[in-house]
Amino acid sequence: MSGDIDVIRPEVYLAIYCLLALLGAAFTIRDRATPILIWLTAIVLALMAWWIGAKDGLDLAFAGSFVDDGFARFAKVTILLSAAVVLLLSEDYLRRANVLRFEYPILVALSVLGMMVMVSAGDLIVLYMGLELQALAAYVLTSIRRDSVRSTEAGLKFFVLGALSSGLLLYGASLTYGYAGTTAFAGIIAGTADGVSLGLLFGLVFICAGIAFKVSAAPFHMWTPDVYEGSPTPITAFLATASKVAATGLLARIVFGAFGMVAGDWQQIVAFLSVVSMYLGSIAAIGQRDIKRLMAYSSISHMGFALMGLASATEFGVQAMLIYMAIYVVMNLGTFAFILSMEKNGQPITDIRMLNMFSRTEPAKALALLVLLFSLAGVPPMVGFFGKLYVLRAAYEGDLTWLAILGMIASVISAFFYLRIVYFMYFGEERQPIDGRMSGINWAILMGSAAIMILGVVNLFGIEGVAAAAAATLVQ
Amino acid sequence: MIGVEHYLTVSAALFVIGIFGLFLNRKNIIILLMSLELILLAVNINFVAFSSFMGDLVGQIFTLFVLTVAAAEAAIGLAILVCFFRNRGTIDVEDVNVMKG
Repeated sequence: MSGDIDVIRPEVYLAIYCLLALLGAAFTIRDRATPILIWLTAIVLALMAWWIGAKDGLDLAFAGSFVDDGFARFAKVTILLSAAVVLLLSEDYLRRANVLRFEYPILVALSVLGMMVMVSAGDLIVLYMGLELQALAAYVLTSIRRDSVRSTEAGLKFFVLGALSSGLLLYGASLTYGYAGTTAFAGIIAGTADGVSLGLLFGLVFICAGIAFKVSAAPFHMWTPDVYEGSPTPITAFLATASKVAATGLLARIVFGAFGMVAGDWQQIVAFLSVVSMYLGSIAAIGQRDIKRLMAYSSISHMGFALMGLASATEFGVQAMLIYMAIYVVMNLGTFAFILSMEKNGQPITDIRMLNMFSRTEPAKALALLVLLFSLAGVPPMVGFFGKLYVLRAAYEGDLTWLAILGMIASVISAFFYLRIVYFMYFGEERQPIDGRMSGINWAILMGSAAIMILGVVNLFGIEGVAAAAAATLVQ
Repeated sequence: MIGVEHYLTVSAALFVIGIFGLFLNRKNIIILLMSLELILLAVNINFVAFSSFMGDLVGQIFTLFVLTVAAAEAAIGLAILVCFFRNRGTIDVEDVNVMKG
């Protein structure tokens, strides 16, 4: 029993930290504690990432319902670090928007806790609890500007569709339980050695649909643009990075951990989601003028690429997906560091046409954004190109050549709307420039992630080997 | 004799009614919340039916978790709804349209 607790020690400590911080702030200086709490939480999350990253080996807790393997640790470190960066990014914005509430860092930490449980799930009950903890905290975060119509409307839409997706997932879980006779992944995979029954297939489809909502893969993406647009920008960054890593990690965990024996059955579902997401994301983004909506469609199309790696159903495919997600998170954090600083006369703005001739007023920032956008578009030699290369190779080697070809075409389409922003910045018409001042941290994160996008081409910072080891623990 | 398939039929029917309530409802957000509850209750019937016919307790434990989380979910949903009402002055589904989509 004490061995079980040892395995979930990081999660337990994070939960205790959240409760103590909540009580401590509520009973003392309340909202004045927010800047301290933001920093403290970011440090706690970063330390936790360092601690989890240093662990080794495979640990099972509570009769296999909680799995601590290399895959879970890779996902957890990515989630924790991206959440810490999002916290650091958000202080300046929250102060200007006047929503510096002490609940904010605590809700982020609780959501991260849910994500950590999600990627470690070895049982449908644990999966569900992690998913809900993550989602419930995210609903509140989305509507944290409670005096804003947009923020509350985004929260409402997110809540209704999120709850629907949990319902679909649960219905799938109940069918899986009924036809497999167990909720443990190990039991399900043992029972499907010679194919799945029809009931189990229905369960698999419902579970995939429920998680596709969380991944915001088309055709379950309809909440994404509205929620991204309406929520406060730091929350948008959080939803676009940490929660996407957790959702893809969860999908990989369940398809390999519970349905690894019947890859042919879910492969076509994931491939379908991948193709539709890539095309819908790339094509719908073309008409967008609002940069947050544009990033929403961009993330839908990126999720299509990440799922392409998963669709190949090989160990290399999982490795490609992990690398893709890590690169995607870094690119997005840099881009959101920039979006957070877009303002004019003290009002945050999101219209991409306001970036006209931005390169003339702020050459350094414009160059950093150019690098990030090229990387998002997958233009060589930026790191984003290598992410795409990996998933395309995974699809090709997994005998899904058609998927790889479709992916290449989609990535060309998606280059258009990224390059249009670059066009506005460098060759647009004269306009009144935006006067976004940037806090030091945001500037450092923007420049840092742009530098990673260029320097990473040398060896991707060794992430390749780590991702390969992580993938090897998931796919047996 | 009532078998497990009868329970599954009831729960599937409830589930479909819940989904339809969510998508066809053009009136009131409260009805959306009721539809969501209906979906979760359909799931619970499934779990309890399977659990009882297999003689395995895990399904009933899952049901308890689902019930608890559904309560928390409803609380958060209503809280967001109250905030929305304060800003917008209405809870008609048709008025949730500040952002296109």
